[in-house]
Amino acid sequence: MTKIFKPAFAAAAVSLALFAQGATAAEEQFFPIIGYRVGPYGANGQSLFGGFIDYLSYVNLKEGGVNGVKMTWEECETEYNNAKGVECYERLKGKAKASAGPIHPLSTGISYALIEKASADKIPLAMVGYGRTDAVDGSVFPYAFPLVTTYQMQASAIVKFIKDKEKGNLAGKKVVFLYHDSAYGKEPILALEAESRLNKFDLVQIPVAHPGNEQGAQWLKIRQEKPDYVIFWGWGVMNQTAIKAAQKVGFPRDKMIGSWWAGSEEDTVSAGDAAKGYMSATFNVSGKAVPVVADIEKVVYGAGKGNLQDASKIGTILYNRGISMAILSVEAIRKAQEKYGKGKAMTGEQVRWGMENLNITEARLKQLGATNLLPEVKTTCDNHEGSGKVKIQQWDGSKWVAVSEWLEGNKGLIHPLFQASAKQYAKEKGITPRDCAKEK
Amino acid sequence: MNFFFEVLIGGLLSGVMYALVALGFVLIFKASGVFNFAQGAMVYLAALSVVGCMEHGAPLWLAIILAFIIMTLFGIATEKFVLRKLVNQPPITLFMATIGLAFFIEGLAPMVFGSEPRALEIGIVDEPIEAILESANMVISKFDLVASGVAAVLVTVLALFFQYTRVGRALRAVADDHQAALSIGIPLQHIWAIVWGVAGFVALVAGMMWGARNGVQFALTFTALKALPVLILGGFTSVPGAIVGGLIIGASEKLAEIYIPPVMQSAFGGNFGGIEGWFPYVLALLFLLVRPEGLFGEKHIDRV
Repeated sequence: MTKIFKPAFAAAAVSLALFAQGATAAEEQFFPIIGYRVGPYGANGQSLFGGFIDYLSYVNLKEGGVNGVKMTWEECETEYNNAKGVECYERLKGKAKASAGPIHPLSTGISYALIEKASADKIPLAMVGYGRTDAVDGSVFPYAFPLVTTYQMQASAIVKFIKDKEKGNLAGKKVVFLYHDSAYGKEPILALEAESRLNKFDLVQIPVAHPGNEQGAQWLKIRQEKPDYVIFWGWGVMNQTAIKAAQKVGFPRDKMIGSWWAGSEEDTVSAGDAAKGYMSATFNVSGKAVPVVADIEKVVYGAGKGNLQDASKIGTILYNRGISMAILSVEAIRKAQEKYGKGKAMTGEQVRWGMENLNITEARLKQLGATNLLPEVKTTCDNHEGSGKVKIQQWDGSKWVAVSEWLEGNKGLIHPLFQASAKQYAKEKGITPRDCAKEK
Repeated sequence: MNFFFEVLIGGLLSGVMYALVALGFVLIFKASGVFNFAQGAMVYLAALSVVGCMEHGAPLWLAIILAFIIMTLFGIATEKFVLRKLVNQPPITLFMATIGLAFFIEGLAPMVFGSEPRALEIGIVDEPIEAILESANMVISKFDLVASGVAAVLVTVLALFFQYTRVGRALRAVADDHQAALSIGIPLQHIWAIVWGVAGFVALVAGMMWGARNGVQFALTFTALKALPVLILGGFTSVPGAIVGGLIIGASEKLAEIYIPPVMQSAFGGNFGGIEGWFPYVLALLFLLVRPEGLFGEKHIDRV
């Protein structure tokens, strides 16, 4: 009997082990992707979400997922519309109960609409380079992450760049702030006013009505003001229009520095020769020289699983930005697994912890093949931004070229603004801030 | 004073660009009594067709011809599949149909030609004219001057077409009353196909001008927003009205953007800029109070 049962027992044990392995391999980490590929900003969404999804595919193909947990996702189209963004969130949140990667709505309006809902549902909301910036204060906003850098820190870093160009002295200089007349455009005003007081330069604010496809009056005013620099906060058609209008009034493009949402190929190629010399901030570089970008093209597109219809967009600013956002998300999942169990799918709550304890050093970026793609990021309970650094890049007529190292905004000047705003929000909403000292 | 004239001239030239879009609305309204909500989308489709053809290797002149053929076919298809069934329906039904048409174009055009913003080079650089800049220290754009010339030619041709050709007279008859026009033997289907084709041509001209100025992208559909106050002011049925309305709106919004915010700021504090978006509409509404049919619109008289 024993002889008969032994092989049977062994077979059963092997089957069980295989079953168990199968069960582990079946673990999946779900990403609710609330994005847009059509509508007024569809072109931007195509590149960015293409990069995001390609990196998730890359992790699956290259290393079989995060410790064996495969990345899965479902997209919902928002058309950059707040109401549709909320509708998409409600549709996908049920699927994000068992496991949830962070949501990246790529819209400040949708981020604002979701900030309280996501917190109540315990789904982390990532706002990389947009969204509610006082959420840097994680004691008040535990589930919201304006990762890498914020509009205010970006504005401050741009001032630092032009200050360096002016040999450290901006006193008596004139800077025009030309901005989209919306929450996005107005966000850096307080920071720029603080910088203007600190550095004693004259700040002239000029708003542009949405959508910004007509800026004749604004640029004639700029011509009259004769500024030394124009800091420019545009989006969509406003960007090309401004670059062309600058050419029309003869304002030098190399004295014009845009925000990171005014600094992609989509903004410059369509402006033609007028864009040559134009500068912008960025928190990720472009090009295929970054090893992970080249490897994605080889591995993911080689396997015929690329997300982009137009593969020529690989390596563009927005494509690489999508990869950067995905790296941050996957690293948060990896970090969460270190605490809550390797090889397991992580809940939204667990991923939130991972996002709050990111420590992406130069060494880690090198391991990921992402050296110089994005700056080092180290988040904590009281700093959901984690970096605050940007590079300045310049359009040479055919591609973006970095013209600075990573520049950090004036944290001592800017972060207190976030804390004051978050404190006010907590008071209005009756939120008791977490004690970040206890979270360490 | 120099600056005032610089803003004024810049505004007048911008107004011509608005008028180019407004002309398309006027054509269709004049010939069919339909307010074509899809005109902005047609501007986008036309410009996208030009760059789409150029990307497939066509030179600019051929791309323009191909885009014109696309717009003409589109006009014929619109008549056949959308409007033919709606003859003698109330204007609101036709208006609703054009809303559907707008969304259809906005979805279809980028699907066919791609949605990424693209440059359209038509050989005219948007730079100041050096001689004027040096002698009068004023920025007058070469591009805007060319656009004005194009608009002037277009208006002249269209005005002559409506006034002196058989088709033009038939178009006006159809606009007055579909049934009456049909009863005297005017082929309504042909007339509508022609007028949508001509509106497509106007959209092509507007799309090329706006596309060359700001890039060819989805935001071209927003140009319609600039045309609406022009129509209210100039009248929905007048080709010269579209031009005059465009000039008034362009000049007034630029002057308002420059001169009103500082006054408001000194009175109330804060920042009052960025009024260009709504100021033309307020101006148009004020005009409506005085002349409900617009400056050049036909006075509507109903007999009891």
